[in-house]
Amino acid sequence: MELISGGDMLVRALHEAGVEYVYGYPGGSLLHVYDSLYKQSAVKHVLVRHEQAAAHMADGYARATGKAGVVMVTSGPGATNTITGIATAFTDSIPMVVISGQVMSHLVGDDAFQETDMLGVSRPIVKHSFAVRRPEDIPEIVAKAFYIANTGRPGPVVIDIPKDMTMPNERYEYVYPKKIKMRSYTPPQRGHSGQIKKAVELLLAAKRPVIYSGGGVIIDGSSDKLRALVDRLNFPCTNTLMGLGAYPGTGERFIGMLGMHGSYEANMTMHNADVVICIGARFDDRVTNATSKFCPDAKIIHVDIDPSSISKTIIADVPIVGPVGAVLDEMMALLDEANETPDAEALETWWKQINEWRERHGGRYEKNDSQLMKPQEVIEAMWTATKGDAFITSDVGQHQMFAAQYYKFDKPNRWINSGGLGTMGFGFPAAMGIKMNFPDDMVVCVTGEGSIQMNIQELSTCLQYGIPVKILCLNNGSLGMVRQWQDMNYEGRHSHSYMESLPDFVKLVEAYGHVGIRVTDRDQLPQALEDTFGKYNDRLVFLDVAVDETEHVYPMQVPTGSMRDMWLSKTERT
Amino acid sequence: MRHIISILLENEPGALSRVVGLFAQRGYNIETLTVAPTEDETLSRLTMTTTGDERKIEQITKQLNKLVEVVKLVDLSEGPHIERELMLIKVKAIGAQRAEIKRTADIFRGQIVDVSPSVYTIQLTGTSDKLEAFIESIGAGCVLETVRTGVSGIARGEKVLSL
Ligand SMILES: Cc1ncc(C[n+]2csc(CCOP(=O)(O)OP(=O)(O)O)c2C)c(N)n1
Ligand SMILES: [Mg+2]
Repeated sequence: MELISGGDMLVRALHEAGVEYVYGYPGGSLLHVYDSLYKQSAVKHVLVRHEQAAAHMADGYARATGKAGVVMVTSGPGATNTITGIATAFTDSIPMVVISGQVMSHLVGDDAFQETDMLGVSRPIVKHSFAVRRPEDIPEIVAKAFYIANTGRPGPVVIDIPKDMTMPNERYEYVYPKKIKMRSYTPPQRGHSGQIKKAVELLLAAKRPVIYSGGGVIIDGSSDKLRALVDRLNFPCTNTLMGLGAYPGTGERFIGMLGMHGSYEANMTMHNADVVICIGARFDDRVTNATSKFCPDAKIIHVDIDPSSISKTIIADVPIVGPVGAVLDEMMALLDEANETPDAEALETWWKQINEWRERHGGRYEKNDSQLMKPQEVIEAMWTATKGDAFITSDVGQHQMFAAQYYKFDKPNRWINSGGLGTMGFGFPAAMGIKMNFPDDMVVCVTGEGSIQMNIQELSTCLQYGIPVKILCLNNGSLGMVRQWQDMNYEGRHSHSYMESLPDFVKLVEAYGHVGIRVTDRDQLPQALEDTFGKYNDRLVFLDVAVDETEHVYPMQVPTGSMRDMWLSKTERT
Repeated sequence: MRHIISILLENEPGALSRVVGLFAQRGYNIETLTVAPTEDETLSRLTMTTTGDERKIEQITKQLNKLVEVVKLVDLSEGPHIERELMLIKVKAIGAQRAEIKRTADIFRGQIVDVSPSVYTIQLTGTSDKLEAFIESIGAGCVLETVRTGVSGIARGEKVLSL
């Protein structure tokens, strides 16, 4: 029987859990663990420049691969620096395991140096958390943490490890559990057949149906099944901000994103529908607008793995608790058995109506001849330059909405953004986490000059590990989304939405050893994009593109209205 | 409406703080809370009373069920059940009052568990309503101190909350 230290156990257990990279930052309480990392090569450590970025890197990795990302930080400030990253993952149901060092067990509670109650601080933003109390428990806790993070509705799990659990000279028997079973945690495996049958009957009887799908479809790896259902029924499909790519963005039955900045046709379709099937989404307030006016004529079918999401904001007529994939399989089987097909005539009328809406608001922004570009056209040019096949991460603001609206995602797991928490500073580290794991793919972070500065220190990490992500900064010289709200609701009083004294981004990235390109005129963009993805393919490129700062994101739902109440431009309202 | 929610919880450090934290975080109201180990030392039994409309209670039970340490949960108020609360109450008892208070305690099947020249300490068990009725009967004016355990509950008949 081999005896090893708690530190070695932790690293070995991570390896056994299938971990290749951990993103982290060392410090006093984790030094034994860092020594254990040093002695092996199976688990690779990436040294970030700020712990928040470690969490976002792990998160980006998780969103692109569907597997939990791993963060390792020291106690006190190291741990608290991850909080925004953990909250970001929690809100979007992203699997993550965060290992935080803790002061020696006998000092816990004494206000020791670098002691914070990490379990207490993180409690409202984790799926679960563990405190290690005996070193020999480490393998089992690690295995449980991954199991909980990855299954059911995924989420972040924190493991807090006091330093004395990892002493190099105290050795214990290492046993990694082959299978995890927990009496108090049993995620649902399938939906209720009776309910699924009811749902299928409703779908077959629908005259104005719509399929509204969200991030849950992507998390469950069930995009193919969603596509099959949409095409089989010939129903229109809209995706949430988190669900983009689940149904192809260029697909004919795709009617765009829905919600606050959703497409005109998606919001109109929702409002006028008689049956709405929501799959792996949660009727977020950024989707529904005023809940009392939501889809007045519709029967609602809601499929979600988390029972607490169902009938929380919108009452479901047919609630189905279960994993999206299993439920969709069962629905397809029932459709195969059924002799009926949806009412073709009704559907034809419905599609005619939808296509009219599409035409009415097809060109969503006005181009002009000025050399100063509109942000939308920059996204369209980047879509063309990347053949629509890049991983796109984004920060938060107008640029995020333009990316969501104008980059047509044909594949799932390619659109990576902080939809639920709206964390500025997410995009760049998330892109890094993805690029390290998909070195041959194009990875672009669409950002703004405001957001990028929230984690810009990671340019240094990119140099150290050679991470050639592309940063597309839509530089409008202001906190654009804030400014837009001030234009619309505060008579244009731009209170603190300027970014005066912006740095010279080109010089800045050059100082970090990367390539910077500034684009001020429309004519310069094609060459800049060509260089970014051609000549500088294996370098980190920061494309700083000046865009019109007066541009607004439209459509925009009118507050307290229904889904169909939208501003379509600065002057036009539904 | 008032609901009595009964929970089997993993008997682990931190588990209770998750339950209580959930209520604070989501703006739910806890009226009473009792918790103690069960005959199975790995499990605690927790009883809480809370109020809210049907939708709110549904959210509360769903959110509680999501906590990894919650093993089983039942809303006792959905069926026939027994509810008990224990109260220790110190009352001023001087002169003629002493006999009156003793009589009232007897009617409510309370026991005087401690006596001093001017104070009775009475132990009383029953539903929360009964405890309140007792206080009303003796008059809130003579109450010096009360301490209540909060509600414990159990389903009637064959139904059990166990693994
Ligand atoms: C960490 C954080 N702080 C504040 C906000 C509020 N906020 C949302 S969008 C935005 C402006 C973002 O500016 P920029 O990155 O330049 O993007 P733009 O809207 O100009 O495209 C702000 C401040 C936020 N989402 N996240
Ligand atoms: Mg900006």
